[in-house]
Amino acid sequence: MFDYDKWQEIFDTIRRHKLRTFLTALSVWWGIFMLVVLLGAGSGLRNSFEHNFRDDALNSIWVYTGQTSIAYEGLPAGRYMRFTNDDYDMLRNEVEGVDKLTGRYYLTGEYVVNYGNQSLSFDVRTVHPDHLYLENTIMTHGRFINQKDIDEIRKVCVLGDIIVEELFKEGQSPLGEYVQVKGVDYQVVGVFTDEGGENERRRIYLPITTAQRIDSGSERVHQLMLTVTDPTIEGSKAVEERVRQQMARLHQFDPADDQAIYIRNNMREYQQFQTVFNMIDGFLWFVGIGSIIAGVIGVSNIMLIIVKERTKEIGVRKAIGATPRSIIGMILLESVFLTGLAGYVGLLSGFGLVYGINSFMVANNIEVEFFYNPEVSFGAVLIALFILVLSGALAGLIPALQAARIQPIEAMKH
Amino acid sequence: MIKLENIRKSYTTGFNTLEVLKGIDLEIRDGEFVSIMGSSGSGKSTLLNILGILDNYDSGNYYLGDILVKNLSQTQAAKLRNQHLGFVFQSFNLLTFKSAWENVALPLYYQKIPRNERKDRALKYLERVGLLEWADHLPTQLSGGQQQRVAIARSLITQPRMILADEPTGALDSTTSHSIMKLFTDVNAEGITVVCVTHEHDIAEMTQRIIYLKDGMIEPESQRADAN
Repeated sequence: MFDYDKWQEIFDTIRRHKLRTFLTALSVWWGIFMLVVLLGAGSGLRNSFEHNFRDDALNSIWVYTGQTSIAYEGLPAGRYMRFTNDDYDMLRNEVEGVDKLTGRYYLTGEYVVNYGNQSLSFDVRTVHPDHLYLENTIMTHGRFINQKDIDEIRKVCVLGDIIVEELFKEGQSPLGEYVQVKGVDYQVVGVFTDEGGENERRRIYLPITTAQRIDSGSERVHQLMLTVTDPTIEGSKAVEERVRQQMARLHQFDPADDQAIYIRNNMREYQQFQTVFNMIDGFLWFVGIGSIIAGVIGVSNIMLIIVKERTKEIGVRKAIGATPRSIIGMILLESVFLTGLAGYVGLLSGFGLVYGINSFMVANNIEVEFFYNPEVSFGAVLIALFILVLSGALAGLIPALQAARIQPIEAMKH
Repeated sequence: MIKLENIRKSYTTGFNTLEVLKGIDLEIRDGEFVSIMGSSGSGKSTLLNILGILDNYDSGNYYLGDILVKNLSQTQAAKLRNQHLGFVFQSFNLLTFKSAWENVALPLYYQKIPRNERKDRALKYLERVGLLEWADHLPTQLSGGQQQRVAIARSLITQPRMILADEPTGALDSTTSHSIMKLFTDVNAEGITVVCVTHEHDIAEMTQRIIYLKDGMIEPESQRADAN
């Protein structure tokens, strides 16, 4: 490999045909560049969807009420379903495979929050203690709502860190303070943050029972959310099915009626996204490798021309003792070198573009829908490098074998 | 000793088979200076190619010293050429992008000899043909006669048993031709066998023995004399 004469000859060929070499290298460069940029774009798309999932537990199932669409056991179609605390207890006690469980009771209208002489409007969510795990809520101070708050119907609240910043003076601890929500005082017991964005951090959590009591003593639950103990796609589908069966029994609707209640299985959705993205990735590899092959065919053509041009020289070399093997080696080395160098530069520039875009987006805080944190994995790079060397060798193989077949006497005829 | 026994060679083109060599028996002693003459189509180039292990023959035996040169692979043939034979061509066949000394040193490259030693030996042989000061010039910067001298230095550098020259003076004027033939005579005087194909009588006259080829056969000298 590190043979001065061989390299001298390669550089000599390149020097004598600058434009031709440049154009050849360009096609390989473009192929690898495209592959890297496409993979980067693909990962940007994938990462943006995973980013959207990041603040919810992936193994969660959300259950909403709907309206029956099938008449069942004498009951007409079109009945509205309502969840109550009984549904929560039923899921807790009678459905196997449920891990964390929470309900949500929706308070209607805007909620003005008062503290001291400040008065601001925030979103309020009323939940069970397990909600902490379903939304990946991160406690920074104090605690989340606990079972005692629920049982004793305490007037306590947990605030998002942005609310604390806006309501309280800097350095002042909100824990133990009272804030007024729609005329009722709640004691602050915790502060949280959330990776799901600013909206999530502008929320106030209240115990669901307290909200039901204050809101005219309702037993109603608007939405139920749970996680499964077996976090596989099969496990979560099984729980989903058991929830539907139990709900159908309790609320007397046809288990085949998919309008009565809506079940969103995040695991299933995540899986579907993964399938879609794997297909997109496959397509990108297909296009990327296609453009590399186009480049390789270009190199192969050029190498054939080079062999043709050097027929006489190769003949002379053979006459004075060059073995077929040394001729093949000479052509292959040149091909691998040309492809390797051009491809390596393509790899670097593709990387440069992908990471340049990423750091530009980070630096300028640009958030684009469907595009987040583009990256190229190390494994993909290894495969790209492997393809490079292999394609260089393939590109040189036919020309090299052609060169090896050159007969000295034929070559030296003039 | 170089020995050819009943060498036959034919080429097939389309439906026609052309017999080029029709049973050549030939002995060339070590240290001899021989020329091969003949009109075009007499088979002299084919004979030289077989002697140079550049071409196969159909039947017969070719002994290069103790070695029977027959049915060799390309690699074996390349190694034999490299070790035992030197070539000089009508059109010099130097590599245009390599300097004079690099051209001379090229056969040693295929013997895997280190570059420094190659250069030392190449310079020695360039001095031998009187071109030491031209060592770093490219072939295009040299005259025809100088290029042929470089080619002769290249053929000598492996210290071969035999040098095969194919019309070595064909592209040169008569003064230069004679100086090239003088160089071959000197080389031959050192004990190297030289076989030279030519169609010029005055060139052939400078060798020790002339082999006449006609229609694929060697003409016996008696018949040749009659013909003259």
